[in-house]
Amino acid sequence: MNFDFSPEQEQIRRTIQEICRDFPNEYWQELDACRSYPEQFVDTLTQGGWLAALIPEEYGGIGVGVLEASIILEEINHSGGNSAACHAQMYIMGTLLRHGSEDQKRRYLPAIASGDARLQAFAVTEPNAGSDSTRIETRAVRQGDEYIVNGQKIFISRVQHSDLMLLLARTSPYDENNRAGNLSVFLVDLEDAGDSVQAVPLETMVNHETNVVHIEDLHVPIENLIGEEGQGFRYILSGMNVERILIAAECIGDAHFFIEKATEYARERAVFGDPIGKNQGVQFPIAAAFAQTEAADLIRYKAAARFDAGHKVGPEANMAKYLASEASWNAANMCMDTYGGYGMAVEYDIERKFRESRLYKVAPVTNNLILSYLGHNVLGLPKSY
Amino acid sequence: MKIVVCVKQVPDTAAKVVVENGQVTWGDAPLVINPWDEYAVETALLQEEEHGGEVTVISVGGEDAKEALKHALAMGCGNAILVSDPSLKNADSLVTSQVLAAAIQKIGDVDVVFFGKQAIDGDVGVTAAQTARVLGWPSLTLVSEITELDPGSKTISVERSVEEGRQVVSGQLPAVVSVVKDIGEPRYPSFMGIRKASRAEIPMWSIAEVGVEVSEPVVEWPDLFNPPKQEVVTEIVSGGSPQETAETLAEKIIEEKVL
Repeated sequence: MNFDFSPEQEQIRRTIQEICRDFPNEYWQELDACRSYPEQFVDTLTQGGWLAALIPEEYGGIGVGVLEASIILEEINHSGGNSAACHAQMYIMGTLLRHGSEDQKRRYLPAIASGDARLQAFAVTEPNAGSDSTRIETRAVRQGDEYIVNGQKIFISRVQHSDLMLLLARTSPYDENNRAGNLSVFLVDLEDAGDSVQAVPLETMVNHETNVVHIEDLHVPIENLIGEEGQGFRYILSGMNVERILIAAECIGDAHFFIEKATEYARERAVFGDPIGKNQGVQFPIAAAFAQTEAADLIRYKAAARFDAGHKVGPEANMAKYLASEASWNAANMCMDTYGGYGMAVEYDIERKFRESRLYKVAPVTNNLILSYLGHNVLGLPKSY
Repeated sequence: MKIVVCVKQVPDTAAKVVVENGQVTWGDAPLVINPWDEYAVETALLQEEEHGGEVTVISVGGEDAKEALKHALAMGCGNAILVSDPSLKNADSLVTSQVLAAAIQKIGDVDVVFFGKQAIDGDVGVTAAQTARVLGWPSLTLVSEITELDPGSKTISVERSVEEGRQVVSGQLPAVVSVVKDIGEPRYPSFMGIRKASRAEIPMWSIAEVGVEVSEPVVEWPDLFNPPKQEVVTEIVSGGSPQETAETLAEKIIEEKVL
């Protein structure tokens, strides 16, 4: 078993670290304060081709594996930045890549790879259908050469920083015996959609653009249906393992951020004449967070490496997301405790990252649902819902 | 236009460099392209973008120097060459400049050669000028701006950063130019650049292939030692008002004969 990185992977990591040094914590603090989108940072990543990591070279992308893509996102979060502004540009196109027609791929992927078209909004969740996506109510009705879509979506991220949006909609009524077989996926051109797609921002505790999306008489040409009608739910499931692995990597980056901050502070901050890190009450939680993070990282790499080798990685990808998000949240709390009252001060960045890392215990899938998946699908226990 | 950039592989700036058993060591810290050389690569790429042609990056060193060359390729250089030979293990700047000059002549028809102002390991900073001397070309060192470069008339005008300010210098091509930070921020390697660089086969030239007879090194390092540890005593100066604090501090400075 080889745990070494290739020179290319090392170079990817170094280059992202180099880029991120030019976007220091003050940059992210400022954006956080005014709830702005990191345009300059995203432009820099786009121009360097970093967000086209998973698009094959024949469509204008870079064509590396999920492992390399995950290193990019890990290092962004490790630096104190936040990948959530742009990580979806990397992986949402996977549905198009795997299930779209050759014509669709030729039409859209080169523009996505160059950044001329941003595809980083994925409209699945609805107010009455959260984790159970088969219950969505947004309807797409075929009329001649187009579909007419009506419905409402919620927690749809980055719509206002996207040119294209992937949309899951019902194309035939709900059927208890065929729950996954009546949903379809469409690629929506948001400029063409005009006022028929209205995104209303949701204020949240983090600087992350997410929206309620109202869809009214949206006309989608039939050529924008991805794959076959009725197969949409299966198509989006195939992309979720990639998303899980990439989110796990971001959590690992967050955890390392907290561990390094806490270690540095515990070494330097002296109380009662000694550095606080000398006290086991401070030192052990840091060491435990480190061990937990390293363990989660192993399954993240296992999931990524096996996915890139062509294996099915449902259990590994889900466990990676679960373990990494728990590790980063534990590290966040540990760091808060280490800093004491200073952890609340904006200038130390702990409170911002603390808020950001909490998100991944519930998004893009809640950790409880991952445990349900493992219990039912991996361990063969009775289904709990 | 034919451009050459000379680069060196050095320990990372974050590495803790120490002397152990008479040898310089930096532990497990990675080797990276000399940071000053990134400015030289950037300058070369800007000139290539303006005038066309090709940029070749060369280095003298062991197998691990390929990583510095790959970094330059990832930034956008078209070709890379490594000059490597067991006889160069203890090369000083004179020997290195003789080898570089021979490699530049072997490449042929080169218009301009760029260096970073110095390497951060030895900090000698004379290899560019020595290479120019061996080639017999003009040497334009510590350049902060290239105001004009005309491959047609074979002329170059630059501004040099000197202690007194800026100095404007013009010369004939081919020339050797070393650059400083003011020349412009180096670009990041692109992702596709890294991919291409990782696949690149970098040719290795031996001394025999370069066709040069090098001198014996003239610089020896007979003894290496760590700087002596300095005892540091910290005292916080306080006073009622800023003026009183400043007066107390001034007295302390005079008392300790710092000034």
